[in-house]
Amino acid sequence: MEWETVIGLEVHVQLATASKLFSGSSTRFGAEPNTQANLFDLALPGTLPVLNGKAVEMAVKFGLAVGAEIGHKSVFDRKNYFYPDSPKGYQTSQLEFPTVGKGSLTITLDDGTTKVIGITRAHLEEDAGKSLHEEFPTETGIDLNRAGTPLLEIVSEPELRSAKEAVAYLKKMHSLIVYLGISDGDMSQGSMRCDANVSVRPKGEAKFGTRAEIKNINSFRFVEKAINVEVARQIDILEDGSKVKQETRLYDADKNETRSMRSKEVANDYRYFPEPDLLPIVIDDAFISKIRATLPELPDVKALRFQIQYELSAYDATVLTNEFHTAAFFEEVVAACQDAKLSANWVMGDLQACLNKAELSIQRSPVSSTALAGMISRILDNTISSKIAKTVFVAMVAGEGSADSIIAAKGLKQITDTGAIELIVDAIIATNTKQVEQYRAGEEKVFAFFVGLVMKESRGKANPNQINLILKSKLTAK
Amino acid sequence: MLNQGIADIARALVSGEYSSVEITQAYLDQIALHNGELNAFITVTPEQALAQAAAADQVRASGNAGVFTGVPIAHKDIFCTAGVRTSCGSRMLDNFIAPYNATVVEKLLNAGAVMLGKTNMDEFAMGSSNETSYYGPVKNPWNRTLVPGGSSGGSAAAVSGQLCPAATATDTGGSIRQPASFCGLTGIKPTYGRVSRWGMIAFASSLDQAGTLTRTAEDAAIMLGIMAGFDPKDSTSVDLPVPDYCAQLNKPLHGLRIGIPRQHFAQGLKPEVEIQIRAALHEFEKLGATIKEISLDNSHYSVAAYYVIAPAEASANLSRYDGVRFGYRCAKPVDLEDMYKRSRGEGFGAEVKRRIMIGTYALSAGYYDAYYIKAQKVRRLIKDDFVHAFTEVDVIMGPTSPHTAFPLGAKTKDPVAMYLEDIYTIAVNLAGLPGISIPAGMVNGLPVGLQIVGRDFDEAKLLNIAHMFQQATAWHLLTPGA
Repeated sequence: MEWETVIGLEVHVQLATASKLFSGSSTRFGAEPNTQANLFDLALPGTLPVLNGKAVEMAVKFGLAVGAEIGHKSVFDRKNYFYPDSPKGYQTSQLEFPTVGKGSLTITLDDGTTKVIGITRAHLEEDAGKSLHEEFPTETGIDLNRAGTPLLEIVSEPELRSAKEAVAYLKKMHSLIVYLGISDGDMSQGSMRCDANVSVRPKGEAKFGTRAEIKNINSFRFVEKAINVEVARQIDILEDGSKVKQETRLYDADKNETRSMRSKEVANDYRYFPEPDLLPIVIDDAFISKIRATLPELPDVKALRFQIQYELSAYDATVLTNEFHTAAFFEEVVAACQDAKLSANWVMGDLQACLNKAELSIQRSPVSSTALAGMISRILDNTISSKIAKTVFVAMVAGEGSADSIIAAKGLKQITDTGAIELIVDAIIATNTKQVEQYRAGEEKVFAFFVGLVMKESRGKANPNQINLILKSKLTAK
Repeated sequence: MLNQGIADIARALVSGEYSSVEITQAYLDQIALHNGELNAFITVTPEQALAQAAAADQVRASGNAGVFTGVPIAHKDIFCTAGVRTSCGSRMLDNFIAPYNATVVEKLLNAGAVMLGKTNMDEFAMGSSNETSYYGPVKNPWNRTLVPGGSSGGSAAAVSGQLCPAATATDTGGSIRQPASFCGLTGIKPTYGRVSRWGMIAFASSLDQAGTLTRTAEDAAIMLGIMAGFDPKDSTSVDLPVPDYCAQLNKPLHGLRIGIPRQHFAQGLKPEVEIQIRAALHEFEKLGATIKEISLDNSHYSVAAYYVIAPAEASANLSRYDGVRFGYRCAKPVDLEDMYKRSRGEGFGAEVKRRIMIGTYALSAGYYDAYYIKAQKVRRLIKDDFVHAFTEVDVIMGPTSPHTAFPLGAKTKDPVAMYLEDIYTIAVNLAGLPGISIPAGMVNGLPVGLQIVGRDFDEAKLLNIAHMFQQATAWHLLTPGA
């Protein structure tokens, strides 16, 4: 039987506010445990929440970017459960009236086609603290620094049909939240986390299969693997004639498997009810207009502009605009060197390869946009060839200085002196008479042989265009 | 000098009749002498009180005293007081030293008030007789075999028993007004949102409101004037200017339209109490008011709605008492679940546990609509009744309680009988309105309280009406054993 995968994603985005959702504590990552937990974060008796307006602005900004309905009156609810990293014994979230309603996100698939994925809703809620098990052999430590950090939980419709689509959705989402400046998007610090609801059904069947929720998958790579192993597991179960259990499962990256966390039948009854310590958030049209005015140019629009303004291919424009900082870097390079095509090639090519290898974001690139533009300018003014440029670039990555200083220090300046190149060509023609005969007999393939020799002799520094011209004239001149 | 109120003491301090240290010492001596029998205080803070009093005397000497400078008061042990145990009447918080001041405490401190200590109360303010306290029941100063009312029973007994001239209190369903009625005091519960709840330990967040227990309406006006006002730390506090309550105390009552709800003079009201209340109403007619019978059609649902909403909110509010970060933790827990179960099982008393269970049940899947949502709809209808009534009348009056103070232990075995104690007061909390109880008569040597309910933020009018009544009558001047 042929099976169809159905995936819905719940993405938790940590909003980049300076302070927490309901308290003035800092949200900075990596501080000493409990140094960013004030009276409210500790849930001391008598303390009360005060909503951080910045978090609401960010949620609305997100909503507008995905074309969503904005809740004119959104309401916080208490979600009740006991856990030591949840100091109040309830999480303040939004159930019935979320700040962001239905919207959509357009993703690009591998074959270049696009697909619109529905967003069901996005609501504001508090992050939990952390339990620390390692430091204390017989006890559990609690760090409440993260408790109360604002999260935007973005729920998609079950419209993703493969792990690859899920990854494309997540990458697009990641791109968007960084563009919007509502999150740093640093997945290694948990700024974007994802739960996946996965089910399978016979192809053509309209009804959804029973789903499993895979918790807390925190990298693009793991999302794909986790979904694929879960899909395989469910298909195995169904082909054996058994039934998939509705449950929460945890992905184990080391073993590349999912395993049961808890069954939904015995799941918590969260006893949601409206948070009486907070008034409903009233969002009027003026507020929405104000936020709309702050929306930046979003990836799809930027890609279109790149195609027009820089005359890039659709593919190049998409690759360059996927990531906000890459696009910004590219535009800085173009502004400084004035050649969009070369800039695009270098940013997407050697620079990206170097960043990938070193696992660096473009913000931490060892070669700045100015430095890269400086090097490209030397290609443009014929100081170096594109080939030599690769050597220069490697030296720049190694921290050996600017393109100019490397070219000078290594003597990589291109030979553009016609006389010097003619001398080399003459010598080669004189010593390779057999090949000269072949060329003159019409075997044009040997031309490349001569180019290679000239390049070798000049240690790559001879200008390729000039080599071609001089070789051609000397070889044909009898 | 101990049967004085805030205004009397303020005048004496100004005239130099005595110093703040002297009056403070006098009350501390009174507490040392009588608290053993009354059990009105959980914690007494003599050193701190005398230090504050000495500082207040210095402020006065330097010419910078305000009305409240050097006046001793007590705080209900539901308000967080920095460096002082804040128990909320519970074993759960017996070891809890608050690291901060409630806004109410801070405002009174800044006004120069001297804190004598923290008063007893029903555990987490859950009770109407002050018998659910971990620290034992409070006795009614008028008759020590009787309850003082609750949950602010300690504050009421302390003021009535002359252990302090005034005290803070809180009211979720009648916890200021009913003890005021039982102890012969003036007790005001302001409009919801009038006084900050920051630092006031939550019972039911949408109903809790801080107020005062004092000897007179004038004292209440002085004290509430300091406590009231918007607080950015409490999102449900209301950003409206606080009027000068004292300036409006003496406005004549000519033309005042008083509504008396038929339902508050029906079955259940003790005839001898009704006689006193009707006499008090006649007094208002003499002062120029008119009286009209009104109907609060849904008032008989108020206790039922309240005992869904308040426990529901409480069940979540009390989840933070888990033994993890502060408060009681059971001995030698074997695992997390054991720690939760025993810490909460041992730390909370029976009434608190009962309400947590009621609230948890009312919010649980499958029951939420039938209980919580239904109760919220009823709450709306109750509010609408008041809104409608206030198109015809300016204030609503009636008995605060159907009877006078009852014997200790009389209702502890019957939770429903205890819940019905607040039958006349609860609707006011559900509607968020201001209400005041003032002494309005005596039955068999025990005080009877008259409740006056006003429109939203009409505290000034309530205090004015109460004050004019007190100018015309002497019920508020009676003291136990006098």
